[in-house]
Amino acid sequence: MPSRSVKAAGLILLIAVACALPFVLSGFRLFQFSQVFIYAMALLGLNILTGYNGQISLGHGAFYALGAYTTAILVDRAGVNYALTIPAAFLLCLVVGFLFGIPALRLEGLYLALATFSLALAIPQILKYFEHWTGGSQGIVLSKPKAPWGLPLTRDQWLYYLSLAVLIVLFVLGRNLLQGRVGRALVAIRDNPIAAEAMGINSALYKSLAFGVSAAYTGVAGALSGVVVAFVAPDTFNVFLSITFLVGVVVGGLASISGAIFGALFIQFVPNWAQDISKAAPWAIYGIFLIVFMYVMPRGISGSLRLAWSRLVRPKR
Amino acid sequence: MDIFIQQVMSGLATGGIYASLALALVMIYEATEVVNYSQGEMAMFSTYLCWSLLQAGLPYWVAFFATLVLAFVGGVLIERVIIRPVEDAPILTIVIVCIGLLVILNSVAGWIYSYIQKPFPTPFPGEPFKLGNIYLGKHDLGEIGVTLVVFVLLFVFFRFTTLGLAMRAAAQNPVASRLVGIRVGWMLALGWGLAAAVGAVAGMIVAPVLFLDPNMMGGVLLYAFASATLGGFTSPGGAVVGGLLVGVIENLVATYVSFIGTELKLTVALALIILVLLFRPSGLFGRVTVRRV
Repeated sequence: MPSRSVKAAGLILLIAVACALPFVLSGFRLFQFSQVFIYAMALLGLNILTGYNGQISLGHGAFYALGAYTTAILVDRAGVNYALTIPAAFLLCLVVGFLFGIPALRLEGLYLALATFSLALAIPQILKYFEHWTGGSQGIVLSKPKAPWGLPLTRDQWLYYLSLAVLIVLFVLGRNLLQGRVGRALVAIRDNPIAAEAMGINSALYKSLAFGVSAAYTGVAGALSGVVVAFVAPDTFNVFLSITFLVGVVVGGLASISGAIFGALFIQFVPNWAQDISKAAPWAIYGIFLIVFMYVMPRGISGSLRLAWSRLVRPKR
Repeated sequence: MDIFIQQVMSGLATGGIYASLALALVMIYEATEVVNYSQGEMAMFSTYLCWSLLQAGLPYWVAFFATLVLAFVGGVLIERVIIRPVEDAPILTIVIVCIGLLVILNSVAGWIYSYIQKPFPTPFPGEPFKLGNIYLGKHDLGEIGVTLVVFVLLFVFFRFTTLGLAMRAAAQNPVASRLVGIRVGWMLALGWGLAAAVGAVAGMIVAPVLFLDPNMMGGVLLYAFASATLGGFTSPGGAVVGGLLVGVIENLVATYVSFIGTELKLTVALALIILVLLFRPSGLFGRVTVRRV
């Protein structure tokens, strides 16, 4: 584990590079990086639930869809400013996630995975059914917002900074949540639910809370994706989206905060490269990575880097 | 009334397919406590193998049985090579590996055979029978017939043959089975192989109706999950009853509940799964497992 000051310096450098990127990269690359930030939020959300709390969700695409449609419907049908729809998506998904978390308490391990997997399979149909609000299979087309306050930024640059800012806020919140009392409680419930209860942790409350927060993070990611992509349609929120999130979490590293970034980079860029081989190649690669990571790097990229670092820099005694 | 009977009959026909796939899920769950998310894709892939054999000019039933053998071998290999190393791993690991398998089979099928839908022949062609005002498709009747044959064969196998009994023993009490000389690891692998073959039957029978494409089994798998959940993941008989019930429920709901129709079919399965899990998590016929702490 790198020391505090090394870590802080690295983090500042990283943020500085991220802030400088819009002046180097083209519009399309910026769009891709905005997507990376958005995926990273969703992955952190899923990781809070699955990695830290051990509740398996194979249906997080549903909350992503809920966030995206919250934004799309509020902007398109009610004329709300897009910036306000992001906290709205956060709150809505927090409540819905918390409520979904209550019946989930009764479902252990495999059964929760089953229920959420079915949710992921059913979600496009549900979205198409409420055609009046969701625009059916045509979806809803939005327009990309301009930079506010007369800032001299293109739309892509502005959306890049917006996503980066939201990402940083969510990561700081997430870090404080996970590295404190609540985080320890979540991990304790994951590792030994009975012992955790015996120590006085309100397991039901924390598990539902984890579901709520996790859904809220993913919902914000979905809302931002609605803004950045400027288009929502039911078939983009299919079961494979949920599996993509799972891939991101596993590759980045279960129960690690920085893992969300590695995972997001992976799910954004690897399919692009693989697509050149064949339309089916990205998924074959995803599948192989899922299985191979489970065998040889169960802690993902983040965990392996940490291990490598601690071997490299032996602590002085 | 005619419509009702008609819908029940065609519900039983599709229910037979759900029942076969649910049975495959339950067999694997009983043997290795894994819910095999890739069961649908394994069936889809087997069906593609059958399609290749048919293209090569083999007669239908030869291709059918050859596919069963291939599916069986494939199932055994998957258990030995991919599932084995994570057998004792946490549930999350196993779920992730199964999802990985699902994704690989789906994309490899798309890679080899493309995503374009292919027609698949039925071994039971011809005009539907007419009984009063009710039409019974030959393929529907064939579906019911084939699934019944599969259930009877499996029942006889697990009830009366030494190998079948050994497999059940290995699943129920691995330690004691090992002591009496059963090779538990191989029994589990055989269980996977048999499940793959049963799934292949479901795939080959549903393909003429749904047309063959790599995402063919997505909806069927969801219904099979609903069937296995309803019948109980620990009860093979329950899976069969659950499958038939789910097939009938699906058709009746689509006919008589107007706001659902066919557009929310998958949501019906989802609702069914969640309701059963909430109110009777062990299903209609499953045993309630008590865990010692």
